Amino acid sequence: MSIVVEQLARRFSPGGSPAVSEVSFQAPAGAITSLLGPSGAGKSTLLRLIAGLEIPDEGRVLIDGVDCTTMPVQQRGVGVVFQSYALFKHMTVRQNVAFGLEIRRVPKAEREARVEEMLRMVQLEHLGGRYPGQLSGGQRQRVAFARALAIRPRVLLLDEPFGALDTRVREELREWLHALHEQTRLTTLLVTHDQQEALEISQHVVVMSEGRVAQAASPAEVYDRPASPFVASFIGGASVLHGEVRAGRAAMGALSVAAPVAAREGEPVQAFVRPHDIKLARSLSDAAGASTALGRVERLKSVGGYVKVFLRLPTGDEVTVEVPRSEFDALGVVEGDSVRADVRSATVFVGDYSI
Amino acid sequence: MGRPFRSVSALTPSTPVLRQRAHGLQGPAFVRWGLIGATLLLLGVFLVVPLVAVFTFAFQKGWAAYGASLVRPASLAAMRLTLLAAVIAVPLNLVFGLAAAWLIARYRFRGRSLLLTLIDLPFSVSPVIAGLIFVLLFGRQGWFGAWLLDHDVRVIFAVPGIVLATVFVTFPYVVREVLPVMEAQGSDEEEAALTLGASGWRTFWSVTLPKVKWGVLYGVILCNARAMGEFGAVSVVSGHVRGVTTTLPLHAEILYNEYDLAGAFAVASLLTLLALVTLVVKKFVEWRSQPS
Repeated sequence: MSIVVEQLARRFSPGGSPAVSEVSFQAPAGAITSLLGPSGAGKSTLLRLIAGLEIPDEGRVLIDGVDCTTMPVQQRGVGVVFQSYALFKHMTVRQNVAFGLEIRRVPKAEREARVEEMLRMVQLEHLGGRYPGQLSGGQRQRVAFARALAIRPRVLLLDEPFGALDTRVREELREWLHALHEQTRLTTLLVTHDQQEALEISQHVVVMSEGRVAQAASPAEVYDRPASPFVASFIGGASVLHGEVRAGRAAMGALSVAAPVAAREGEPVQAFVRPHDIKLARSLSDAAGASTALGRVERLKSVGGYVKVFLRLPTGDEVTVEVPRSEFDALGVVEGDSVRADVRSATVFVGDYSI
Repeated sequence: MGRPFRSVSALTPSTPVLRQRAHGLQGPAFVRWGLIGATLLLLGVFLVVPLVAVFTFAFQKGWAAYGASLVRPASLAAMRLTLLAAVIAVPLNLVFGLAAAWLIARYRFRGRSLLLTLIDLPFSVSPVIAGLIFVLLFGRQGWFGAWLLDHDVRVIFAVPGIVLATVFVTFPYVVREVLPVMEAQGSDEEEAALTLGASGWRTFWSVTLPKVKWGVLYGVILCNARAMGEFGAVSVVSGHVRGVTTTLPLHAEILYNEYDLAGAFAVASLLTLLALVTLVVKKFVEWRSQPS
């Protein structure tokens, strides 16, 4: 049951900027596909268009090869889980899960069996008689999953399902969702702004920016070979260095890294460097390679197991480096020190982009 | 004029917070007791004494006279007319209120805020003016007066006029109670119901109505109290034809003007009882609608 989206566009006010435009991608059958992007990127609108809660101005939505662009939401057979849970507060957990089955006029015995099966699956069989108000956030979200799955949907659409939960519960539920998917193999679309969530549990990632698809690929591909400066800066918290093409290399002051083959001499370049792709060294006299630069330590921030070092390079660019605690202690730098930064890998884009 | 009313949703969440007000915010004891004393004094003079007076006067001549003044044909007719006006106005208000609240809460359209303002009109216009509007429309000299006369339909100084005036003055009650509840709760649950296969109609009955039921009930109670107690607008269109176009409040006034104090206060005591029952039910609804 794949989901295919072709040239979707939706604008909410005539003349206003579109919430979604020219969006095309495929969510492969049986996989988890993430829609990843900052807030306002159009991810939720896209999900609502696929669910049938919005009708697109242009384009098509195909579920399992069937065009359902204008099919009413009730007939699409999609299971939707909302960030706000959207449980029926006046119904018990059991009644919530049974709701979709009652509408389908599933016989009572079969319905009850199905509800119990769903509650077992989300590990809430002992709480069937409770009201949503008596449950924790994580439990409520699991009820929402049970309710959505009870109707045996063709695809599962998740709109920031863990967005309202605290970090620990979120990580637990992420694991749980992964295990659940292993069991059901249901085609799943997951809207999230959390790149870790997207990279961790999905087999396919669609990065969105300003209503458009910035890149659609596997998590590894998106991480290792970002298709645009936006993706490079959004994924992995990279710092950006500005420079120009000199002698076939991207030169940022004294520092230079390999430039794309097509780069022409003198063109502006941007190099994106991930926080852990820079190695810091104390000694300034070591034979300096081409990929090293001197930097001044502007600020230090200790974050649990590692330390964030904010470096100012001679070109004026600021880079963030993450150094493991033990390594940092061995290094022994303080704010104001000069250190040598060795760029181990960078993603370079030629041209004058602004993000 | 319109009774002061408060929305259920605006009331309930803040109550526990107020109760736990920080000690530092409480002034010295004499201020507190002074304020309590002043409030009690005013309540006593303006509420308790008149309340006692109503029942004292009503029972001045004993139970028998009290009962007799209530079972008089004119009194019974007034009761019937009052009930009739309420029985017509309240369901109309309920249907209109739910439809309008749904429209305003769920849709964004041109003229939405104008509509909201218009719905409030009966609250802001004097009831006497409300009555006069109908006289100007349907009275003998009114816009539709000649046509109505030709077709032998009486609106003014007849029962239809009374019903019209009652419907007009109670117009905003249910919308104003239901709208804030609907807006506060958003439409996520409705959308979830749609994705589960429920039709719009089913969603309304199974999801929306249960969510707003206490707001609806609250609006209905206030609407009913106003419908039965309305004086100004009804007085203008009634013509005071005893036993035909007099509602309970008008009947009480007529008896009073005829120096039948015991009779007037017997009728007044009925309306007072209605008010007390309304208060108790209203309190109950407020209590039930608090989130557990």
